[in-house]
Parts: sequence; structure tokens; C-alpha cells
Amino acid sequence: MSKKTLIPIGPYHPLQEEPELFKLYCDGEIVKDIKWETGYNHRGIEKLSESKTYEQVFFLVERVCGICSTSHPFAFANAVEEIAGVEITDRAKYIRTIIGELERIHSHLLWVGLAGHFLGYNTVFMWAWKYREPVLDLFEMITGNRNSYAMFKVGGVRRDIENNKMDAIRKAMSDLRKKLDLLTGAVMDDPVIHARTKGVGILTKQDIIDYAAVGPTARASGVAIDVRMDDPYAAYPLVNWKVITAETGDVFAKAEVRLLEMFESVTIIEQCIDKLEKLKEGEITVKVKEIPEGIGTGRAEAPRGEVFHCVVSDGSNSPARHKIRAPSYVNIATFRKSCIGQTIADATISLAAVDPCYCCTERMAAVYDVSTGKKIMNARELIESSEKSTREQREKLINRK
Amino acid sequence: MDTNTIIEQFKKRFSSEILEVTVKSPKRASITVRPEKIVSISEYLYKKAELRFIIASALHTRKGFEIHYHFSKDAVGLILNIHVILDKINPQIESLSNMFNASNWIEREMHELLGIDFINHPNQEKLISEGNWAEGVYPYRKEFK
Repeated sequence: MSKKTLIPIGPYHPLQEEPELFKLYCDGEIVKDIKWETGYNHRGIEKLSESKTYEQVFFLVERVCGICSTSHPFAFANAVEEIAGVEITDRAKYIRTIIGELERIHSHLLWVGLAGHFLGYNTVFMWAWKYREPVLDLFEMITGNRNSYAMFKVGGVRRDIENNKMDAIRKAMSDLRKKLDLLTGAVMDDPVIHARTKGVGILTKQDIIDYAAVGPTARASGVAIDVRMDDPYAAYPLVNWKVITAETGDVFAKAEVRLLEMFESVTIIEQCIDKLEKLKEGEITVKVKEIPEGIGTGRAEAPRGEVFHCVVSDGSNSPARHKIRAPSYVNIATFRKSCIGQTIADATISLAAVDPCYCCTERMAAVYDVSTGKKIMNARELIESSEKSTREQREKLINRK
Repeated sequence: MDTNTIIEQFKKRFSSEILEVTVKSPKRASITVRPEKIVSISEYLYKKAELRFIIASALHTRKGFEIHYHFSKDAVGLILNIHVILDKINPQIESLSNMFNASNWIEREMHELLGIDFINHPNQEKLISEGNWAEGVYPYRKEFK
């Protein structure tokens, strides 16, 4: 056997947002084998969930992932509501859908930016993240948070989207559509991006079926699966939209699917807003007295693919068992198919093409001055400062002409 | 193929292996089967009925160790749970990873966290706690404090 060079990417590497270790065994420039190590941030969330009440679990599962922080509460709510046999109000359905789609837009923009960064094409990175910012501002206006929105509960949502906010959302969506046009054109017509991503990291239809990959990763290989269409939940059956697919299965196809999906998300949000305005404000929850004994399976289409939650209830006020399957769990495993045989430079973008998410967020409570060790702000002051900024943000967006 | 046809055909083919069938709604069904036949059952679902393996959830209960294999028929939005109950003392079941790669990691994880043995697994190493967790201590078992 010829001698191979080991090139580690990780566990802590500036290219990756989160800790994991890819061991690339290379012969010259070509990747011959690849191994993956994880568990650096395993937090035992499934076990932790068994010690929390159903209301508390929402805040816990929101922290499974920092980027798609609403897809886990979405799937969990679907699972619990299946056990309890609850039908939520139309207004709650539309609000849930709006939050889910806004999240898809900001997550896809984040990925487009990072993909540009991985390719060494930082203009795309700057553009995509600049256009992502107004979406986060909308989140702050609607929920009070730029991320981890705390919107979901059993039987509905925690906050309403009042009618005076609709114009601000509508305006943001029409602005965003123009910017997405610009960005899509820039990415899809760029010869450098074509050269770096076409024919790279190909996953065939059979690979997708073998690894049971989901989301844009599957759709880019021509497997048209999307939970929103196949097993519709919330307001998805009440609005018109289409599933985006591509056939080639390379990195370019994955970018194409994500870019075009954002336009669908904008369309969905616009329809939801129109319908929301006609409904009575405030009807956002139904009362759920208890969760009976049983097993519930809920799923939601996160930006990265199908999130799956299985909740087993023993009739008490906390889950007896809670299994969470994030989409990256099945998508990351495809790296053996997409990276082996590629050059090292292409392996990084092939790894990034599934939009891997290793699920970590950290919580900050106090800010210290590094040189003196003195506390600058405590938790209460931080919260007050954040609330003040949200109020200002809200006024700015609502009063914008 | 709709949900009823899938379940009826399954019942016809594996009538002697089925212990219980629960159809909750047109999109959710659960079938309890004998664990010995899990490979031929999964092979039928994966290759013949063309269902997608979503994931498996393992539990430690009074009955012993239970695994729900979740399969999805995306064209009709069906989630089909194949439920098996394993031995209390020595939980083991045949691995599905030689048939499809999708179950490789989850079987390693169930082995690591609950101590269920997957026979003929291609590589039953630890997935998440390699080198920093004691051997033979299973954190997702009920007796673990």
C-alpha cells in the first residue's frame, strides 16, 4: 500500500464554525480516504429533555441548533400535538409558517455566504451576509430576538404578529426579492464559481437513497422530497409554492436549489401575510390540558432538510423518551461519496455543500474587561440593553416610509 | 401506493412475524414485529416498497429494550414505525447497515448509549464519545444516574 499523508481539518479550524475533525488521507493532492470524529460538543439534549416539562423542552430544543433554531421546536410541536390530537388555529399556522420560512431565507443566505468564503470568493460572502441582516431585523421586530425566537408552544405560538407590522414585512420582502435576484444572477453566471463547483462533489440518486440524505442535498440530486409538500403541516397546504430540484447532484446544483428556494420562501411569506391580515388578531393558542400516553412522530423541513422528532409520553408532564434526528446526521455521512477521489481544495467545498451543522450555541451571562477582570455588564443590564435595542428596531421598521 | 395498500401487503407477506398493528391516521402507523426477522422486513420495505429509512429510536422501558425503526413513504407522507422489543439482559439484534448506509451511525449511537448489540455491524465503534467515556457504562439506560 502506498504511503498516505494525513491532513486534519479540525477539531477547531478557522474554516468551520463548529468543532469536528475530518481526517483526510491523501496521496499527493487526491483524497483517498476520509474519517470523521465528532462528539466535541455532545450535550445530552435527548436525556436532558426527559427531565424537563413539555413547555420547557421548547426552549431546550431551540438550542439544538443556533441557525435553524425554529425547526426543532416546529418538529417537536408537531410530535406533541399528534399525541394530544390538537388542531391549532389558522392564525397560529400562518405565524409558524412565516417564522419557518424567514429562517430558511436567513439560513440559505448564510450558507451562500459561507460557500463563497470556502471558495475564497469573499465578495459573495459579504453580499450574502449583508442581505441576511434585514431578515434578522425582521425577526427582532416580530419576536424580540435575532435568533432563538421562542415563538412556539404546545397548541400555538407565544406571540402574535400584529397587523401594524405587516407593511414592514411586506416592504422587507419586496426589497429582498430584488437583492436575491442580484445575488442569484451574480452566483449562477459567474465563470469562477462554475469552474469551482460544477462536476465537484457529485452525489448520485442512488447515493442519496443509500444514505437517506434529505433536504437540498437530496433535491439537488433529483430526489424531490420535501416534508412541507409530502407530509404538510402548519399553513403549507394553504399556500401555493413549488419544490425546487436540480439533476446534476454537484455543488453547483446544491447552490442553485438553495438560491431558488429563497424565492419560494418569499412567495410563501407574502401569501401568509395577506391571509393573516384577514384573520382576527390574538387568536394564537388553543388550550392543551394534558399530554396523554402515547408515541408521536413529528417532522418539519428545516433549511438543511427533514428534522425528525419522536416523543414517547407516559402521561406525565415530561417526555419519557425524546429522540431527535437533525438533517445533518444523515447528510454529513455522504462525505465518503462526495469527497473521496477529489483534490483537497475541492474536498472542503464538498464537505460544506451539505451545509453541515454541528449544533452548538453558547450562552453568555456577563461581560468582563480582560485587562482588569472587572465586570462591565451583568445579565440584567445586558437584557435591558437588548430590550432597548429591540424597541428602537421595531419603531424604526414600523415607521419606515 | 397508498398507506392502506402498503400495510395490507406488509400484513400478507409477514403475517407470522407481526405481533400488533396500530394505524393512528392515514399518515402514521406502527407495526410491532418479532426482532429475529428485522433484516428481511427492512429489506422488503427498502427495496420492494421503496420506503426511506429516517432513523431509529431506542428506549429502555419495563418491557426491556425497545427500538422503533422509523420509515417514510414520502409520496404519501406516511411514517411507518417498525417496533421491536429486545431482551432485558442481553439486548441484541441484526444490523441493517450492510443493506443501507443510513443506519450505520444510529446503530453505533444506540450501541454506545444503550448498550444494544448490533450483530454483523461493519464497524461498531463509538460514534460520539471515543476515548472519553468509560466502557460498559450506558448513559441512556434508566438505571444511569
